[in-house]
Amino acid sequence: MGTHLPSTEFDGTAVDDQREADAEAVMGEPPAPMVQLLGPDGKLGFDPVFTDYARKLTPEVLRGLYADMAAIRRFDVEATALQRQGQLALWVPLTGQEAAQIGSGRASQPQDYIFPTYREHGVALTRNVDLAELLRQFRGVSNGGWNPKDTNFHLYTLVLAAQTLHAVGYAMGIQRDQKLAATAAGTGNPAAEPAAAVIAYFGDGASSEGDVHESMVFASSYNAPVVFFCQNNHWAISVPTEVQTKVPLSNRAKGYGFPGIRVDGNDVIAVHAVTEWALEHARQGKGPVLIEAFTYRVGAHTTADDPTKYRQAAEEDAWKAKDPLARLEKYLRSEGMADQEFFAKVKADGDELAAYVRRTTHDLETPDIRTAFANTYAEAHPLVAEELAWFEEYSAGFAGEEPAANQARQAVTAQASPKAGH
Amino acid sequence: MTTMTIAKAINEGLRTALTDHPKSLLMGEDIGALGGVYRVTDGLIGEFGPDRVVDTPLAESGIIGTAIGLALRGYTPVCEIQFDGFVFPGFNQITTQLAKIHSRSNGNLSVPVVIRIPYGGGIGSIEHHSESPEALFAHTAGLRIITPSNPHDAYWMIQQAVQCQDPVIVFEPKRRYWLKGEVDVEAPGAAGDPFKAHVLRTGTDATIVAYGPLVPVALAAANAAEEDGHSLEVIDLRSISPIDFDTVTASVQKTGRLIVAHEAPTFGGIGGEIAARISERAFHSLEAPVIRVGGFHMPYPVAKVEEDYLPDIDRILEALDRALSY
Repeated sequence: MGTHLPSTEFDGTAVDDQREADAEAVMGEPPAPMVQLLGPDGKLGFDPVFTDYARKLTPEVLRGLYADMAAIRRFDVEATALQRQGQLALWVPLTGQEAAQIGSGRASQPQDYIFPTYREHGVALTRNVDLAELLRQFRGVSNGGWNPKDTNFHLYTLVLAAQTLHAVGYAMGIQRDQKLAATAAGTGNPAAEPAAAVIAYFGDGASSEGDVHESMVFASSYNAPVVFFCQNNHWAISVPTEVQTKVPLSNRAKGYGFPGIRVDGNDVIAVHAVTEWALEHARQGKGPVLIEAFTYRVGAHTTADDPTKYRQAAEEDAWKAKDPLARLEKYLRSEGMADQEFFAKVKADGDELAAYVRRTTHDLETPDIRTAFANTYAEAHPLVAEELAWFEEYSAGFAGEEPAANQARQAVTAQASPKAGH
Repeated sequence: MTTMTIAKAINEGLRTALTDHPKSLLMGEDIGALGGVYRVTDGLIGEFGPDRVVDTPLAESGIIGTAIGLALRGYTPVCEIQFDGFVFPGFNQITTQLAKIHSRSNGNLSVPVVIRIPYGGGIGSIEHHSESPEALFAHTAGLRIITPSNPHDAYWMIQQAVQCQDPVIVFEPKRRYWLKGEVDVEAPGAAGDPFKAHVLRTGTDATIVAYGPLVPVALAAANAAEEDGHSLEVIDLRSISPIDFDTVTASVQKTGRLIVAHEAPTFGGIGGEIAARISERAFHSLEAPVIRVGGFHMPYPVAKVEEDYLPDIDRILEALDRALSY
């Protein structure tokens, strides 16, 4: 059992927190306060910059944010169950991080391009990715699952932080597109595309990867229109945030020379406001922004993980009291923006989504290995062609006895599988 | 026909590629005002500007990773890695990301990134400046690897790499950068397919396969052998992934003996792959085992002893003696 205690680190509410004092000693100044608009009590606070953004959220939009968060939480429960039933090889739960993901995803525009890690199911929902298709990777029928060109939502990246560099490069491409369009406009061919920005998601664990450092250096060097969105969910599998950093992660932006904002990641209104501000900042050519969404991974890292081995139930309970859905529900009810009928419909919609996902997962088609041959290269390749030809000939030899051969192969595969997945 | 060095030929090839492809760009350390440590990109920033000839921070993972992002946005980045031994901070991005994105996107995405790496020894330099890591990349599906040995190939292969929809690594034989030769800038001729091996000299007694910096060595060895009455066929492999096994097989079926020479260590190397494939394809034609000539299983040695490490004419002739002794 680890000794990590219910964390209030640098959240601006615990003035006697030793870690806050330590951080101040390191930095020479107190950590910037965390942006919070909607507290756990369901009451709306004030922020000199971000309240103006929050005011733009109509009751309808707020209800939508709640419905999205409820839907993705229900989806998470369903996917976890599917993994337990053997329908998925692995699942990466997001429960607890709904506000960070829905708030930021809903703040993005269709022309923006999103680079997720592998836990951004909530962001995927906001980008209209079919959630059943999202499960293809976890069922082992695809390493992707959706076409990023349809949604501007990139494939999941499992090698930590690699995608943060892709995001910066993509943003450098947007900059060049704008210049090419401006040149074209000068010759009488006006630019049609709206300004776009990029969001790079990563976590507190990945923040230690060198690629995050390099991506921030490059973004700063070229003033790239990219928003780094770090979900600090406090646990990199079993290693707590304080092993990764002695100061708030958002403070690192200062070292690269661009703004860093710490936001209450369980406050969907504040997350939406801060992300909208950051994307505007990027689209206007003012350069990158780092957002640290202070949140909590309520569940396990993946379905192969067991958090009871390294953290205390008291910590989980403390964070459950800060639940992102509960606080918005309180607010919507107290303001008369949503009634029982609304919440009942949200629940029914969630169950319908779960049923759809369950039904569709069973039907996800197993690909033919020939597609793997076909997709290794974009252009014809003699070695791939030679090996495919051999495979065809070899397979043809089993034509009459395929079921038996398959059975034998499956038996060998089952024996060879490690007991613990992942 | 114009006479120029390999370095100048790549420079001219890049100039043509930048002119022909408005969404291509060069990225790397010191490639702008300085023109690269080998001056391969000399003058290009003046013609195309800093958005298309990009001096990057000193971070190889950053160069490759941002190039991938640019490619996803529709650009064709040509990255320069300053020296072979410095590619490894970018190895993760190359092998886990660049090589796999087309496959893992089920063919929906292409990342036509070109990576130029000056490689090989013989320049009397210090640690990490003389290595031949091509086999590490050849083992990764999704990448294509080519290496020119003369100015004409260099001029056309860099352009063909830019046109290719797959990621291409161009290993440039740095000790041959100043080798001069004729370049036909009007037409590639036999260099039309960058993935095809070239028979540079025909012979009947044995075949020598070499690539990059060892091609001139193989040709010199063939001349020396001729004086001893042995007729050698010399093949410039040109492409390391894919390998043009058809050309090598046809040659071995004629000569019955095969020697493969490269600077990289023989263990786990390209020579071993060629030996295995040729023994499968032309077993009954072989009069002797395939013999490899290459570096030893050690970190690239210090410059003062590199001549003892690098394959030279005598090492190839010694291998020929062994091949002929069966």
